[in-house]
Amino acid sequence: MTSEPQSSRLGGGPGGFPFAPPLPLFLLNPILKRIVHRIAVQNPDMFDRLGPHRHAYFLIDPVDIPFMLYLRPDPEALDFRAVGRRNPPPHAARISGKFLDLLTLMDTEQDGDALFFSRDLIVTGDTEAVVCLRNALDDVDDPIAESVADMFGPPGRAALNALRRAAENAQKRKGAK
Amino acid sequence: MNAMVKPELICPAGTPAALRSAVDAGADAVYCGYQNATNARNFVGLNFTPEEMEKSIRYAHDGGTKVLITLNTFPPAGKVELWKEMVDLSARLGADACIVADIAVAAYIRDTYPDLRIHLSVQAAASSPEAIEYYVREFGVKRVVLPRIMTVSEIRGLLKEIPCEVETFIFGNHGLMVEGRCSLTNYVTGQSTNMDGACSPAACVKYERADDGSMSTILGDYMIDRFGPEETAGYPTICKGRYKCDARDGGYYAFEEPISLNASTMLPDLINAGVHAFKIEGRQRSRAYVKKVVAAFREAVDSIMAGQEPRLADLVALTEGQKQTEGALKTKKWR
Amino acid sequence: MNPSLTLGPNLFHWPAEQRIDFYNRIADESPVSTVYLGEVICSKRTPFFDDVHLPAVAERLERAGKTVVYSSFSEVVIKRERNILMEWSKQEGRDLEVNNTAALLHLKDRPHRIGGLLNVYNEDTMAYLAGQGATHFSLLPELPRAAIARLGEKARELGVGVEVQVFGRASLALSARCYHARAHERTKDNCQFVCGDDPDGMTLMTMDEKPFLTINGIQTLSYGYLDLMADIDDMRAIGVTHFRVMPHTCDMIVVTRAFDDVLAGRIDVAEGEARLRELGIEAPFVNGFYRGRAGHDWVPRVTEMA
Repeated sequence: MTSEPQSSRLGGGPGGFPFAPPLPLFLLNPILKRIVHRIAVQNPDMFDRLGPHRHAYFLIDPVDIPFMLYLRPDPEALDFRAVGRRNPPPHAARISGKFLDLLTLMDTEQDGDALFFSRDLIVTGDTEAVVCLRNALDDVDDPIAESVADMFGPPGRAALNALRRAAENAQKRKGAK
Repeated sequence: MNAMVKPELICPAGTPAALRSAVDAGADAVYCGYQNATNARNFVGLNFTPEEMEKSIRYAHDGGTKVLITLNTFPPAGKVELWKEMVDLSARLGADACIVADIAVAAYIRDTYPDLRIHLSVQAAASSPEAIEYYVREFGVKRVVLPRIMTVSEIRGLLKEIPCEVETFIFGNHGLMVEGRCSLTNYVTGQSTNMDGACSPAACVKYERADDGSMSTILGDYMIDRFGPEETAGYPTICKGRYKCDARDGGYYAFEEPISLNASTMLPDLINAGVHAFKIEGRQRSRAYVKKVVAAFREAVDSIMAGQEPRLADLVALTEGQKQTEGALKTKKWR
Repeated sequence: MNPSLTLGPNLFHWPAEQRIDFYNRIADESPVSTVYLGEVICSKRTPFFDDVHLPAVAERLERAGKTVVYSSFSEVVIKRERNILMEWSKQEGRDLEVNNTAALLHLKDRPHRIGGLLNVYNEDTMAYLAGQGATHFSLLPELPRAAIARLGEKARELGVGVEVQVFGRASLALSARCYHARAHERTKDNCQFVCGDDPDGMTLMTMDEKPFLTINGIQTLSYGYLDLMADIDDMRAIGVTHFRVMPHTCDMIVVTRAFDDVLAGRIDVAEGEARLRELGIEAPFVNGFYRGRAGHDWVPRVTEMA
């Protein structure tokens, strides 16, 4: 299993989440719920591509922020919420990586495969489910990252652009190494 | 120098979205397959339903792009019917060619749809003029996709000897097993590359992280690689893993390193040699990969044809292990 | 048809004297009916044995009553390989076993055999090749029983032979690169025939020291040895006519006699299997491919297929 992230990597350290909000999870969850329902309505075909893996629970683990995300991409029983790090709920697969790298994976404008090759993303558990989720996300028409940003209007899009620049710069820094 | 033929740019599409990206980025043709064992990238969440194929072919044709359908696996006895159905479907949907490897599939197309172009897949492993001539004579093959084992001068020589078009790989995964002649995956997982289109199926892949930060890639019952904390990873395939043997001290890449083919510097030579089509590997790769790679090579080929120095975008970030090679094209030393 | 026991081509690079001794013993002591001769893996090896000793060895085997078939290259790329193959394709009086489609170009309407390294997966491909002169099909090791049964049925209809490898390491992959040379940090052109050091192939182990695969030049084989002795009756019932054992350094007289005794019903499978297990082969026996499982599996007889 993936080891728990070091505490020094949490919060706003170098390369960390640029504006890590100390949000209580109960405030975050309604927003996440809105996001995932919006995506589901916009991309009904995505679930066909997921096949049997739509019933799986995915644990998305941004190692540089204080909570994890819990996703069940099942149109009949959609679930997407933030969960604490202490006792992660049962899951089929876990995807760990820095927040920006995970965002890249959701953003079809960027190539997520390179992140696997460079081991910036670590997958544990049901690898097939993760590959399937990634393929399904890659086929949606409007990048999910953009749909999410749009929900928050101009400030959302500005934030996404800032995040994309940050992700690109991080990639370049790595490439330069 | 011969009158230069402008080679077609043949681009991968694992999903309808990737296909649209390839078309929009200037692909001359895209290649893609159905969601079953009839193609060699039969991976979860990938490939096209008949309805998606129909819409995608329409989209491609509207954009002036051809669609080549991969039916490049080998139907096991008792299951040939599925491959024939997919040929029927492809013909009905107006595919521009089928890419095939099996003799039965090729014979069926020749007999049933004499106007449907047959491209000989790299999975057929036709690596000599005699083998290629055999397929041309028997099935009227119009184009052969060459295995990634030839130098440019060998390709030039081959082109003089064979009566069909030639397609070469210019970018993407660089494996050295002869394609269509590998059952390593079946030995470990019970799923066959040739019969099921499975190569290291994700369901059999596990990553295990040790306390020292190293990570192991496990396929079925076998550890096929172990990475140190700072090392980059490759595809989790047997032929890209590290192993031990008596002749070596530690683990080594017994077959091939995690490295990608990037023939961008060889494009002028390949065009001069008379290659008819350039193929980009990667139906399993993301749509962003397709968009970036296709756009870069579109620009490069167009510049060369216009007599200009090609500006080659940095494609290293998109390569496996973030390492690239010109493969066999430049020298025989790799053998 | 009476089942036949055959000895497949030697895939490894043994010294010429060892090979000559080996085939002399086969001629004198082994019950196999057919022997396949000829370099299948690497054209660089032919000057040592094939180019010098092949005709004499073939003659010796034929004098002993064996049918001799020449088996040809699996990988045909360079000029020399192409020329040798073309020469072999044109020779009269002896069957040629084809392991690369290049040979098919010149064999149309002339009798020939299809080797176990050529991709024949289905009955339509079999019928197509039979229509052009193929008389005998050695099947790919990875084929499961269900596919072999369909091929056996078709073969009966076409009147062609069907051969299945029942003993020895299974060929899994071919490459243009020499992995033996690579292991010794050499290239294929400068290999110094290091594959000769490993008469049963070089063991590749995983990083956690588990034996996994076997390297033989450009070929990758299983680490486990196929043993389909327990399936012979079943295979006969579904149309397999020939049973192939592959040469290894273990006592091949014992191996071929054990299979022959089982085929003739002189001993039961349990005794035959016991003899194979007394040979001192370090690697495990495997039968997964035939049983429709992963090739490295050994599926015990108690869980016979339904």
